[in-house]
Amino acid sequence: MSVETHEAVHRHEPPTSFIRKYIFSLDHKVIGIQYILLALVAVIVGMAMSVLMRMNLSWPGTNWPILATLFPGGAPGGVINPEFYLSLVTMHGTIMVFFVLTTAPQGGFGNYFLPIQIGAEDMAFPVLNMLSFWVTLVGFIVILSAIFFSGSASTIGPIGGWTGYAPLSALGQIAGPGQGMGMNLWIISIAIFCVGSLLGALNFITTLLNMRTRGMSLMRMPLTCWAWFTTAVLALLSFPVLLGGGILLLLDRLAGTSFFIPGGLYVSGILSGTNPSFPVHTGGSPILWQHLFWFFGHPEVYIAILPGMGATSHILSTFARKPVFGYRAMVFAIFAIGLLGFFVWGHHMFISGMSPYSAMTFSILTLSIGVPSAVKTFNWLGTLWGARIRFTTPMLFAIGFVSLFVAGGITGLVLGQTSLDLPMHDTYFVLAHFHLVMGVASIFGMFAATYFWFPKMFGRMMSESLGKIHFWITFVGVYCIFVPMHVMGLVGMPRRYAQFTEYTFLTRLHPLVVFVSVVAIITVLTQFLFYFNLIWSIFKGKKAGANPWDATTLEWTTASPPPHDNFAGVLPVVYRGPYEFAVPGAPNDFVMQTEPETETERVGGNGHNGHRH
Amino acid sequence: MATTVTGTKPLTKTGFGGGSKSRGPNGNGSPKRNGHRDAFFDSRSAVNRYRIGMWVAMASILMLFTALSSAYIVRAASANDWQPLRMPRVLLLSTALIIFSSVTLEFARRKLKSGEQSAHKRLLVLTALLGLGFLGSQLFAWRGLARQGIYISSNPHSSFFYLLTATHGMHLLGGLAGLGFLMSRSRLSTDDELAAAKRQAQTDAVSLYWHFMDFLWIYLFLLLFLWRQQ
Ligand code: HEM
Ligand SMILES: [Cu+2]
Repeated sequence: MSVETHEAVHRHEPPTSFIRKYIFSLDHKVIGIQYILLALVAVIVGMAMSVLMRMNLSWPGTNWPILATLFPGGAPGGVINPEFYLSLVTMHGTIMVFFVLTTAPQGGFGNYFLPIQIGAEDMAFPVLNMLSFWVTLVGFIVILSAIFFSGSASTIGPIGGWTGYAPLSALGQIAGPGQGMGMNLWIISIAIFCVGSLLGALNFITTLLNMRTRGMSLMRMPLTCWAWFTTAVLALLSFPVLLGGGILLLLDRLAGTSFFIPGGLYVSGILSGTNPSFPVHTGGSPILWQHLFWFFGHPEVYIAILPGMGATSHILSTFARKPVFGYRAMVFAIFAIGLLGFFVWGHHMFISGMSPYSAMTFSILTLSIGVPSAVKTFNWLGTLWGARIRFTTPMLFAIGFVSLFVAGGITGLVLGQTSLDLPMHDTYFVLAHFHLVMGVASIFGMFAATYFWFPKMFGRMMSESLGKIHFWITFVGVYCIFVPMHVMGLVGMPRRYAQFTEYTFLTRLHPLVVFVSVVAIITVLTQFLFYFNLIWSIFKGKKAGANPWDATTLEWTTASPPPHDNFAGVLPVVYRGPYEFAVPGAPNDFVMQTEPETETERVGGNGHNGHRH
Repeated sequence: MATTVTGTKPLTKTGFGGGSKSRGPNGNGSPKRNGHRDAFFDSRSAVNRYRIGMWVAMASILMLFTALSSAYIVRAASANDWQPLRMPRVLLLSTALIIFSSVTLEFARRKLKSGEQSAHKRLLVLTALLGLGFLGSQLFAWRGLARQGIYISSNPHSSFFYLLTATHGMHLLGGLAGLGFLMSRSRLSTDDELAAAKRQAQTDAVSLYWHFMDFLWIYLFLLLFLWRQQ
């Protein structure tokens, strides 16, 4: 017990050298910001690529002189060629899914706020935490370099989509453009990313299990912590599978094995085994890659969205000034979604020729995820019901998250049915579905989180008026981009096509295609408002106190920004749940988690005990 | 309605650690101890992270090998190009070495507990040597196959053999690094109660990992040479 005082009051001073403090930092807050910066850079690259793709679709032949210099092979004379379009699709998807949606929500905000919200000084393994960021950064550099390679003298980059289906991805150079060095780098980058994420997940889980402060029982944790925890469990169990698949794929490409390459392939005019450039392959299974990929891939979409769900619950409650409706149900719903997420991967493979019985099983399991999802949605609505809402920017984005999650989720119920998915697979309908529910919804969750926690991270408020402009243009913008894509998909527009000019049945859609591109450009440009707001507010924003939003959880009990060891040497003690707003009989409309019980509470004089047990 | 929207914990509970009645493991000591204010910062609680972290890491490594095993099983069943390898005899030696190394490490762990520092250290060194012996014997098996002209791309079984042994070997290298770490610690004095507990926890974690590698090898060995030998 002598240790108690030793641990509780010892202040940890920050390192003094610049490198240890900001570059190779062990402080989870600095690492969190590093992750967020990585995502902020990656998302610019991803957005730029989406603009290039949209312009190519609506104004084929657009000339980009800069592309001619950067990618002489992919954009000769500055005009994007079809192969380069496919490589842009691949890079955009991979960068967005891995380096944006898997970094900022978990590695970024999770890293920064999970330890503070549970009352810990840091993560359980600070060195691993630092490594996980640096490994991820290396992965990012490798993926960026991938687009400058092709193998055959021209710069095209990897072609394979973010799913990298075999056998195309497994064959190597022989399979044509985009299958050379760029593809190797793509696989290597993903493998590196897996390792980084695993280190992070290990840290999150251990921290949450081991380092909660006194009184912080599991059921007193903010829902954000539950979401980060579940996300970490999903990452822990799904990334190794992708890593395994990636190793097999790389061996097929580089060591001549046949894990995914079937026998008797006839590629680029050469039969496998009849030419030294195409060694013999037998008996591999391309479907095996699909299973390994999607066993990871479906949990991955929850890895992207769960932190956003956590942040949304947290923010809705704070600005509705009401406790989260059905806290316990929310916790179980998060877990149910995570668990079910491991048994539905087959819904991405309905057209792979699987037996109708397995298809039906996957379909039923998929639809059953609708239940916990609906629990979450209704509980969010329940939280908002009858509330006197404070419409701040984070609140707007949180409400936007709910809206997008519902809008995208509904088409998920459509696609989850085998008979409907068969014709819709690989059309713009799917593209619209997953952009709404995974892409944009998660991004909205992160916007909400940024506006909400910025004052804690930098001690200043972000500009509300800029924030509101940013919200409304983005909100209307994303709907205008992705709702028409449903229509395109229903008409039959296939995904991953560089141009549609040759398809007469699609020419009627051209005005819609142009409309989407115009809105996309406007929406992308609006994001610079957000970047401006970020940078400007760091220096010029209104000063924020410790608790500018009248919120209740532990991060608001410490200074803004928090000291190096989060609580200046005195760990907080927790006495109550995370969302005590509008407590009957309390002097304020909110009660912090660290507020000890009053005498009245202890004797049960607040009028609503009794029937709760 | 007022009660239903108030989804938080009742305010009437007393004492620390209200919240749920049946309490989950929170690593701050045993459930019994959890929530009692004086025992809270018991030194064992903070060092428990090494054991927890190791269990978590093992779960993820297990998933990697599960993925590779399922690929193995699917691949073995899906085509008729499977040519079973004859088991290299030296693998029996590998197996014996790694089982023996688990035993020595277990003794090392006990010696640390009972405070016999030098015996502890000697057993650690012995374990590491046995581990190196295992890796050497695996390499020997590879060389034997290569001598017969069997390489990774020769046939599906050889592909998986090289892949699985290499993946396992890389993880075992991690275990050796862990042993090296423990040896570097064994010079430290253990007067400080917290430091001693920490070292014990780290030793527990490394030996957990090592036994896991042992178990994993036996599993892979059976998978490779019993699963499909027509
Ligand atoms: C400004 C917003 C965005 C626009 C305009 C946009 C546009 C596009 C376009 C044009 C495609 C290629 C369609 C095709 O030819 O098949 C695409 C694919 C894709 N996008 Fe986005 N995107 C945006 C944001 C995002 C975000 C935030 C994510 C994060 C998940 C994302 C993930 C993907 C993925 C995974 C693909 C599929 C890549 C593949 O087919 O392998 N996008 N997007
Ligand atoms: Cu899915």
